[in-house]
Amino acid sequence: MSLLQAEKDSGQRTAGVAASPAITVERLVRRFGEVTAVDAVDLDIRRGEIYGFLGPNGAGKSTTVRVLCTLLSPTAGRAVVAGYDVAAQPEKVRLRIGVALQEAALDPKQTGIELLRLQGRLYGLSRAEIRGRLADLGQLIDIGDALGRPIGTYSGGMKRRLDLAAALIHNPEVLFLDEPTSGLDPVSRARMWEEVRRLNSELNMTIFLTTQYLEEADELAGRVGIISGGRLVAEGSPAQLKRSVGNDLIVAHVDGRAEAARRAVEPLGGVRGVDVHGDEMIISTTDGAATIGAVAVALSSVTPVRHLTLRTPSLDDVFLEYTGNHFTGGQFAADHRQQTRPGGSARHERDLMEVRS
Amino acid sequence: MTTLGITAAGPRDRAVIQARPAHAVRDVISIAGRALRAVPREPGTVIPPVFIALFFFVVNIGTLQHLTQSHIKGFDIKSFMLPTAILLGVTGVSRAGSLVTDIQDGYLDRLLLTPVRRLAILIGHMVADVAIACALMVPIIGLALGLGVRPQAGAAGVALFLLMGCLWSLAFAGFGYAIALKTGNPAAVNSSFLLFFPFLFMTSSYVPRSQLSGWLSVIATWNPVTYVLEGLRSLVTLGWQWAALGKATLSIAAVGVLSMFLCLAALRGGTRRG
Repeated sequence: MSLLQAEKDSGQRTAGVAASPAITVERLVRRFGEVTAVDAVDLDIRRGEIYGFLGPNGAGKSTTVRVLCTLLSPTAGRAVVAGYDVAAQPEKVRLRIGVALQEAALDPKQTGIELLRLQGRLYGLSRAEIRGRLADLGQLIDIGDALGRPIGTYSGGMKRRLDLAAALIHNPEVLFLDEPTSGLDPVSRARMWEEVRRLNSELNMTIFLTTQYLEEADELAGRVGIISGGRLVAEGSPAQLKRSVGNDLIVAHVDGRAEAARRAVEPLGGVRGVDVHGDEMIISTTDGAATIGAVAVALSSVTPVRHLTLRTPSLDDVFLEYTGNHFTGGQFAADHRQQTRPGGSARHERDLMEVRS
Repeated sequence: MTTLGITAAGPRDRAVIQARPAHAVRDVISIAGRALRAVPREPGTVIPPVFIALFFFVVNIGTLQHLTQSHIKGFDIKSFMLPTAILLGVTGVSRAGSLVTDIQDGYLDRLLLTPVRRLAILIGHMVADVAIACALMVPIIGLALGLGVRPQAGAAGVALFLLMGCLWSLAFAGFGYAIALKTGNPAAVNSSFLLFFPFLFMTSSYVPRSQLSGWLSVIATWNPVTYVLEGLRSLVTLGWQWAALGKATLSIAAVGVLSMFLCLAALRGGTRRG
C-alpha cells in the first residue's frame, strides 16, 4: 500500500471513528444447517463501551462473537466492527480487533514470549514495537520467568492472562472477550475484571464481553444484552433491566397451596405480578416496603409461610423474566417454572422496547 | 492487585503502534520459524524417519552386498541403496500433524484472527518441512560417504541430490496437509504415510527396473517414485544423466501438483468462514 493510500485509508477511518459506533449489527443471522444459532440479532455498541452479552451455554453468544471477529460469515444480516463490514472487509476488521476466545487458544509447545512475539510479527509490528508492547503488557501478564517456559506448563489463570496479552499486543480498538473468566478461581476472576475495567477506562477500549456469569455482567458492563435461543431478548443497563422486572421483589416460601396463595396475593395493590415455582413465590412490586405487610397477611390466610424476604431484583430475575429460566451459580438451569404473570409475553415485548429506547 | 503498565504511555502508544498487514514473506518466515522451533521439542517426529532410513540402508547393504558383488560385475550396492534410504527418510516428513494439533487446540483460530495470509500459514509449514528434510538427509549422506560412496556427479550433483530430495519431500508432504486440513484428525495424518508406503517399494528400490518382472515391473513403470529414485541414483552412480534427471523432475512436479491441488482445496475448506 502506498503512503498516500495509507493516509487516505487512515483519514477515512479517523473521520469515521468519531461518528460511527464500535459495533453495529443489523438483523444478524447465523445458521448451521437446520440450526439457527443467531437469529436476527441487532446491536449498536458505542466506542469506549463495555457491553456484556449474557446468556447460557448454547444461547448463541460465542457464535455471535465468531461472526463479529471474522471467523464465521453471517448467513444473513450485516455486522460492522470498527467501521468495517465483517463480511466484505474482514482483513481490515482483523487489524482493529483483539480476541480472547472462550478456550484460551494457545500453542502449548511454544513459550509465552515466543507466542507473543509471533503475534506481534503477524500484526506487522517491528521488533522495537513488539519489545515496547511486551514491556507495556509485562505487568498484565505477570507470570515472571514462566514467560520463557512452554505454555503447556501454565496454570489456567496464567493461560488466560497470556491469551489476553496476545489479544492486546497490537493495541486493538475493539476487544472481544468470550467468557474470559470461565473456569478461573475467584481471585483470578477478580483480577481479570480489574484489568478489563482498566483497559476500558485508561485506553477507552471498546469491550464486547460474553459471559454466563450474572455477577460479571453486573460488575463490568455498562449495558447488557441477554441472548436466549439465538435471539436478543432484552438489552439495557443492568439497572434498567432490573427496574424492568420491578422495583422490589418479595420472595416467599410457603408450605403448599401455592396456587391459592398466588390468587390471594395477585389482587393486592402494588403487586405487579407473581411467579410461582414449587413452594417458592416471587412477587414483583412497585414498593416492597409498603406491600410486604399486606402480602404477609394474604399469604398466611391461605397457607403457612416459612420465609418471607424483601430484596431488589438481580440480573437472575431479569433473565427469569425474559426467558422463563433461572441462572444457577453461573450455569443455566432449565426451569419449568409456571409463568403466572397476566399478559406475560406481550408485556415482555413492551418492556424490551422501553428498556432499549 | 496487578496494574497495567500501559497507563501512562497508553494514548501515545495507541497513536504510534498500530497493526498493519505484514509482508507476505515475513508472514511465511514467521510461521516457518515457529514450526522449526517446535522440532527440537518434538524429537519423536524426526528421529524415527532418520533411524528407519539409516537402519534399512545399513541392513540392505549387509544383506545384498555379497550377493550383488559376486553376481553383477562393478555393481555398487551402497551407491544404489542411497536414494532408497533418502526417500525412506524424507517421504512423509511434515508438520501436518502439528497443524492438526493447532486445529484441535484452537491455535489455528488465533492465527486466523490475525491479518496473516491464509496461504502463508500453509507455505510457512512447508518451508519448515523443506528445512527439516534437508537436515534429515545430512546424516544419511554422511554415512554413505563414510562407507565409501562417491557421487559421480560431484559436489554439484550432491547439491542437486539434496534439492531433489527436499522437493520430493515437499511434494509428498502436501498429501499430509490435505488430510490434516480435511479431517483435523491426527490419526488420519499419521496413517497417510502408511497409505503411500507401498508406492515406495513398488519401484526399483532394491533392484534395477530391468530386473523387475511381471506385475511389479508394470506398476514400477507407472509409479512416479521409480523415476525419482532413478534420477537421484543417476547422480550417485552415473553422473549427469539429463534424461533421468528430467523424468525425476517431472515426476516430482506431477506428484507436487496433485498434492498441492488437494492441499489448497482443503485449505479453502478449512479456513472457509461459511
